[in-house]
Amino acid sequence: MSGTLFLVQVLNGLQLGVLLFLIAAGLTLVFGVMDFINLAHGVQYMLGAYLAVAFYGIVGNFLAALVLALLAALGFGLLLEFLVFRHLYERDHLDQVIATFGIILFLNHAVRVIWGAAPLTLPVPEFFTGTVVLMDGQLYPVWRLVIIASGVVIAAGLYGLVSFTRIGMLVRAGATNARMVSALGVNIERLFMVVFGFGTMLAAFAGIMIAPIISVEPGMGDNILILAFVVIVIGGIGSIRGAFVAALLIGLVDTLGRSFSIDILRLIMGPSPARMVGPAIASMLIYVLMAIVLYIRPAGLFPTRGG
Amino acid sequence: MPEPVLRLEGLRKNFGSLVVTDDVTLDVMPGEMHAIIGPNGAGKTTLINQISGLIVPDEGRILFAGADVTALPPEARALRGLSRSFQISSILPGFAVLENVALAVQARDGSSLRFFGRAADEAALNAPAMAALEQAGIADRAHVRAGELSHGEKRALELAIALAMKPTVLLLDEPMAGIGREETELQVELLLRLKGQLTMILVEHDMAAVFALADRISVLIRGRVLITGMPDKVRADPQVVAAYLGEQIE
Amino acid sequence: MTGALLAAEGGVRALRPTRDVVLATLMFLVFALLPLFASLAAKQYLLDIGARMMVFAVAAVALDLLVGYAGLISFGHAAFVGLGAYAVGILSAHGIDDALISLPVAIAVSMLFAWLTGIVCLRTKGAYFIMITLAFGQMVYFIATSLAPYGGDNGLTVAARNTIAGWPLLKSDRAFYYFTLLCLLATYLFCRVLVVSRFGRVLRGTKENATRMATIGFDTRRFQLVAYVIAGGLGGFSGFLLANLTEFVSPAYMSWQQSGELIVMVILGGVGTLDGAIIGSAAYLIAEEWLSGFTENWKVIFGPILVLVVLFARGGLIGLASRLWRRSGHA
Repeated sequence: MSGTLFLVQVLNGLQLGVLLFLIAAGLTLVFGVMDFINLAHGVQYMLGAYLAVAFYGIVGNFLAALVLALLAALGFGLLLEFLVFRHLYERDHLDQVIATFGIILFLNHAVRVIWGAAPLTLPVPEFFTGTVVLMDGQLYPVWRLVIIASGVVIAAGLYGLVSFTRIGMLVRAGATNARMVSALGVNIERLFMVVFGFGTMLAAFAGIMIAPIISVEPGMGDNILILAFVVIVIGGIGSIRGAFVAALLIGLVDTLGRSFSIDILRLIMGPSPARMVGPAIASMLIYVLMAIVLYIRPAGLFPTRGG
Repeated sequence: MPEPVLRLEGLRKNFGSLVVTDDVTLDVMPGEMHAIIGPNGAGKTTLINQISGLIVPDEGRILFAGADVTALPPEARALRGLSRSFQISSILPGFAVLENVALAVQARDGSSLRFFGRAADEAALNAPAMAALEQAGIADRAHVRAGELSHGEKRALELAIALAMKPTVLLLDEPMAGIGREETELQVELLLRLKGQLTMILVEHDMAAVFALADRISVLIRGRVLITGMPDKVRADPQVVAAYLGEQIE
Repeated sequence: MTGALLAAEGGVRALRPTRDVVLATLMFLVFALLPLFASLAAKQYLLDIGARMMVFAVAAVALDLLVGYAGLISFGHAAFVGLGAYAVGILSAHGIDDALISLPVAIAVSMLFAWLTGIVCLRTKGAYFIMITLAFGQMVYFIATSLAPYGGDNGLTVAARNTIAGWPLLKSDRAFYYFTLLCLLATYLFCRVLVVSRFGRVLRGTKENATRMATIGFDTRRFQLVAYVIAGGLGGFSGFLLANLTEFVSPAYMSWQQSGELIVMVILGGVGTLDGAIIGSAAYLIAEEWLSGFTENWKVIFGPILVLVVLFARGGLIGLASRLWRRSGHA
């Protein structure tokens, strides 16, 4: 196990973590403020990627495609909010789960109908193609570093927004006690729309940023959604800080676990059983982590709702 | 000198920086009707919640019949004989009135890990439940869906559930809350009849009821016990009058 | 009088007892007569669909126990089905294919998993619970995909249906169909009895008002754990049947999409009725058959239908039927 390989995987872990944060942030806010379980958040991530590919095909420029896709995703998200979600805020979690599950089914297959089932690609923007040299001549793609950087910037911005602005304060208050905020005269519907819109854009942004690296295909949001859920559950529903910490933790544990599980296991068992058991253990790791955290702290690491 | 059946030692509870229970030490003697009064926000309900086990105190101990129950969950305390009614009626609205009470009986009647047999038909559970309903005065509503009861009837059901648990100590959290004059009188009569049969802790705002029922009164102000004593002594204490009863002149 | 009848099923959108018995009898009668109809109409594939309906119905009934009666919204139920199926598959791969071994193992494995994960899950409430069950389901799914010797992602073919005490009694599709029917009947009756028992009453009470139940003297978490383990075991039972029906096991059996579909089946029929779970399974599979006749991407149509059901058809198909029945003048 070389130091450079370790560094590469740490960076990959951070990149995954940052991606998870972008998705989890919106999810945890919507959940915290509106008590709304939005399973459809993953397809909004997917939609961002598809829209970016579509717009790129028209305008040929990544930045333009990014902006257009964000706007389109926001528009679509708000449409969904208006048509469906708005009517579910007062309903119980079961109804929310089923309805948003229905939206997942719809969008995963609608995307298939419109764009076909074959995976699509988006080229890395010109300026950021290529690689950077880490230590020992190990190359690392620039774009992955861009993703990490943008994620950190957004995290900082979000944290600042939530902690130091008036609307941020309303969001935090809403996450602790939405009814009270409403009773204090705040237009809670508009607050919900703002929170929801923001969350949608974050998810879409994540999808757009990751599109150049992975294949854009139907159902790409499903597995990452589950990871995002693990993140917000560990971090504490409604907490941006919790989402950030948990996202990086999960990103690192999952990536490093997958890369080095076989090597680590080889220290205790022979190479053959290690190779068999390794991948299985690696995929279990984050769930075991989640189980441990929830066993000790059933409301996550940074719970927002009163004690 | 009899031992107190319930003893609170140095209880402290903070919510964030708000001190809700501030070093409360209190003894409740067996068979007495001990009232806890205090202005709104004094921390009475939080105190009751700590006694019944729904809230864990930050510091201090709770001794029930000599045993330290501070770490025990509510169900364990209930099974030891500590029963409570809720200020805001906490019943099972979808169940029949009789079943609400029968469940309280069931908790004490052997194992509930029985997967066969219709629980609703068990005479061994229904008979004591009926008796409790009669004590509380709503036996005629036994087969009505609990959610359809009037407010006063729900308070009576609360009491029936608490009584069906055959408690040693009964915590009554504002039983007169929101019910009319007539029903209040009925409740007071019922509680008078129960006096001596069990120990009761009564949290109440209705001063007439308190003075009609209480053997001793503790006054809670801002989370602290200002004074504990016989009703006449408490009534006359200048500190109490100033801090609390003065506002209550009707 | 009617108040008393309804109240006896505390807190649950239950049908009146006699109507309930009629509905259940009808359902099972239809299933019992289906093979006859299938051979008369020369549509043998109906036998397969019918069997699938019943296999999933076993899992759905167990899930309704959790969701509708215990108030535990488990989004990882497919994990139990998958574990049961894999028990059959793995044992078969090692030459053990007698149901007398496979069935108990399938149920035991899923119950064990339910117990271990239930201990953790039940420490959480509400939305946390939903997500943690989802995550545990995923965990099992990923373990299954990484089991290279047992097919990994591609799954594993089961050599043949389980024998019973050495006899290949399940080989014929018809025989297997009736076997499955008996299993569903047994599951249904067991759950029916369970929900009105002492245990069932505690569960229903906890769903209604957990704080009240605790202050009465019930260790609610313990009862919920037992319910979770029972439901898990029944899920494993369903998995055993599934593996035998398709003679194939795959990680897809435990995907979270599959868990979602199980919840959909429960909701579609009517949550908290047990009958609804069976009706919902049938309805879902019928919808799948019918809609996929129009397009391969039938879920594009089904997704919005689901949303509409949630928004407008509370109580699922049974609720709908109840309302229509009442509106047409019957009490």
